[in-house]
Amino acid sequence: MLVDEIKEVLAAEDLYQPEFSYQDREITTACGADLMSDVLAFSQEKTLLLTGLINPQVVRTCEMTDIELIIFVRGKQPPEATIKLAREKEIMLLKCNYSLFHSCGLLYQHGIKPENIIGTG
Amino acid sequence: MRMREELLINSKVREGDFKRGGEVSSKLKDTLKQLDLDSKIIRKAAIIAYELEMNIMIHSEGGNLKVKIAPGRVLIIAEDTGPGIDSIDKALTPGFSTAGNEVRELGFGAGMGLCNVDKFSDQMEIESGPTGTVVRAGINF
Repeated sequence: MLVDEIKEVLAAEDLYQPEFSYQDREITTACGADLMSDVLAFSQEKTLLLTGLINPQVVRTCEMTDIELIIFVRGKQPPEATIKLAREKEIMLLKCNYSLFHSCGLLYQHGIKPENIIGTG
Repeated sequence: MRMREELLINSKVREGDFKRGGEVSSKLKDTLKQLDLDSKIIRKAAIIAYELEMNIMIHSEGGNLKVKIAPGRVLIIAEDTGPGIDSIDKALTPGFSTAGNEVRELGFGAGMGLCNVDKFSDQMEIESGPTGTVVRAGINF
């Protein structure tokens, strides 16, 4: 899916959009987690993270794992420190009102696949 | 080919300084990018460094994170002063953690830290005693 399609499906709102364009970026997999150590352990590159956690460590985790898009679920508004770090690292931020389960379900229904988790085949 | 070991980073990490959590690892990532290493190696090194940096903040009274580069190898060393690890076997069991609620609210303390270091490194050594811990993790490239 393209980022704009994801935004439409989740009725998501922009929190930070990097200067370079994401319009043509095709997203094929997603990761939904509130445990950053699990994201560090299992996620693969070029995926998107859906999370209910809003502190700056979420952005740090994505920086380390090369994740370029974070979607905050359950209508959560991250603090300014989180948005500031995302701006520095050019990681796109969106938020939506759906729960983590609902958001993942909607994206799955529209063709986003789970990641092939490292270590479990 | 690099002919000798070079110290790339030697940074202090403070106990409980969660606001700055990841700053050293971020610096490491930028440094390795400048050296033009393969992105998969950089990613592994960044994840290891980040877990070790958070571990120093969470479990010790403070310490240092060092990164060395040698021919075909990146070495990440976390040295801290503090109570040490009671049982290294337990610390390497996925899901085992002694971290408190503040840390869990950040998304850490789920008992995956050292397991992740082990998973993404090619060699890992842990020395721990009542005055502190040293973890060395190497990645070959």
